[in-house]
Amino acid sequence: MKARWSERLIEGAIRLSAGLAIVSLVLIFVFIGKEALPLFTSPEARAEAGMGRLFGTGSASTGDIATTYVWQPVSEEPKYSFWPLIAGTLKATAVALLFALPLALGAALFTSEFAPPALREVVKPVIELLAGIPSVVLGFFALIVMATFFQNVFGLDYRLNTWNAGFALGLAVIPIVYTVAEDALSAVPQSFRSGSIALGATPWQTARRVVLPAAFPGLFAASVLGFGRAIGETMIVLMASGNAAILSWNPGLPFRSLSATVAAELGEVVHGSPHYHVLFFIGVLLFVFTFLINLAGQVWVNRLQKRLVGK
Amino acid sequence: MKRGWINFTSHAFTVLTGIACFGVILLVALILGNILWHGVGHISWAFLTTAPSAGMTEGGIFPAIFGTAFLVILMTIAVVPLGVSTAIYLQEYAPAHSRWVPLVRMAIQNLAGVPAIVFGLFGLGFFIQFVGRGLDNFFFNKELYFGQPAILWAALTLALLTLPTVVVATEEALRVVPRAHREVAYSLGATRWQMVRHVLLPQATGGILTGTILAVSRGAGEVAPILFTGAAYYLPYLPKKLNQQFMELGYHVYVMATQSPDVDATMPILYATVLVLLVLTFGLNFTAILIRSRIRRRLKR
Repeated sequence: MKARWSERLIEGAIRLSAGLAIVSLVLIFVFIGKEALPLFTSPEARAEAGMGRLFGTGSASTGDIATTYVWQPVSEEPKYSFWPLIAGTLKATAVALLFALPLALGAALFTSEFAPPALREVVKPVIELLAGIPSVVLGFFALIVMATFFQNVFGLDYRLNTWNAGFALGLAVIPIVYTVAEDALSAVPQSFRSGSIALGATPWQTARRVVLPAAFPGLFAASVLGFGRAIGETMIVLMASGNAAILSWNPGLPFRSLSATVAAELGEVVHGSPHYHVLFFIGVLLFVFTFLINLAGQVWVNRLQKRLVGK
Repeated sequence: MKRGWINFTSHAFTVLTGIACFGVILLVALILGNILWHGVGHISWAFLTTAPSAGMTEGGIFPAIFGTAFLVILMTIAVVPLGVSTAIYLQEYAPAHSRWVPLVRMAIQNLAGVPAIVFGLFGLGFFIQFVGRGLDNFFFNKELYFGQPAILWAALTLALLTLPTVVVATEEALRVVPRAHREVAYSLGATRWQMVRHVLLPQATGGILTGTILAVSRGAGEVAPILFTGAAYYLPYLPKKLNQQFMELGYHVYVMATQSPDVDATMPILYATVLVLLVLTFGLNFTAILIRSRIRRRLKR
């Protein structure tokens, strides 16, 4: 009788802790959303930083986008346009992916198709090493070493700019893209390759015409997950971007991302002020956006499995 | 002629992917080489065991090392039981075709993809403002005790962030225990928990350890989640209570790199701190990889 009681108790505890994963995901949304809610419900917060202010044209349209859409939360008349931050985030992400995707996908293709097994055993730990470098260290490296190097080599006006931060961001994206892509490529059955080689195709032709199309959903998922990682990454951008909220597509200028804005400003903000709620609203945007991206990535990984295993 | 062209393009593209691969290796070597080169000179026993002085331009990083260790120990205490029992549920307790299993898996996977800064916001909004303030109002007569940034809240925030790491590693370890072992235990009249406790967990220890070490390595390097939940720029004392703030290696690097009044004077200390942080995370990762490969070898036999 006693054994049964403890058995039930333990089973209950185990069920509870498994449920906690779902609960915490919901709690994250609820509690960040709760702090952002006044932007919709409180008249004061709405007047200062309602959706029209965040996404609209602001009060005075001057014809020049850089002075129309302004992020200037600490000033006589606070301005909260999200567009400089959104543009900054997308700019850095674009540079990061432009640099990381060819490298990571190329390296994954090389290790799974062409490299001798001995070399494969070297590459994987190196990628794991890269994945293990804390993002604050990558941010430090970008701020101290890369920024100076880029400025000297390319003669840029600003030390901290989109090239610099995007490149460092790419370093954080490479491991995740590589890992997912490599998994997808090695999930392609060996018989596909044997068949193609037997028909007289070269290894490259086999890779290009047989393996890549078969593994495509997985490679796509890898890129999507890399995108999700780049959008939300904070410390690298915070340290290497220069943090100037300027609305411009010029990658030679400093910029400010959504995530870095939260990190830089939440420490000094007045609790309960519109500015405070706006920063939590940025959190909601980041959470929802990365959530959708991850969901999409998982769907494509599952699609790959269905295609290759047939169940 | 056509054959030659095909061979040429084949080789060209193979070489191109090879260059990409070696490019990545080269980049990693460059970063690590640079940090090692500039950092190793300043590392000494005194550097590791004394506190910063003269506005962070002299002295060591002992409080940051202590704070990091304290933080990840607290985090481990929270995340390991939670992660292991979640994995046990997914592998052993959940009924076949349960509607919950895919949902829990999805939650775990998505938790792994939530940006670190969002965890920081959550730590502030939930642990400090809601739980902490709640405790203060209830037990401490509304005096500020738990409703402020503290090492406990930072550790719990990190525990949530590293939960997927522990769950995934433990699940893998449970999955490879042969079915026959479970059946033998049941045939001897063991209850489900007795089977888990005496058959599965002893065999999964290595996997759980791997997951724990990876989680610690990840937790020790994350800065964004602790920015508002407890990390401090400088403290004249070491944290002794759960509701105190703390210094931390990663945060120390961030502050010294971005807010130092005298960058040239702090540079050797900065590099050495980065090196200590890297040695710590790599050492942990390396241990985890060693344990994992030993388990895999044993399974093959």
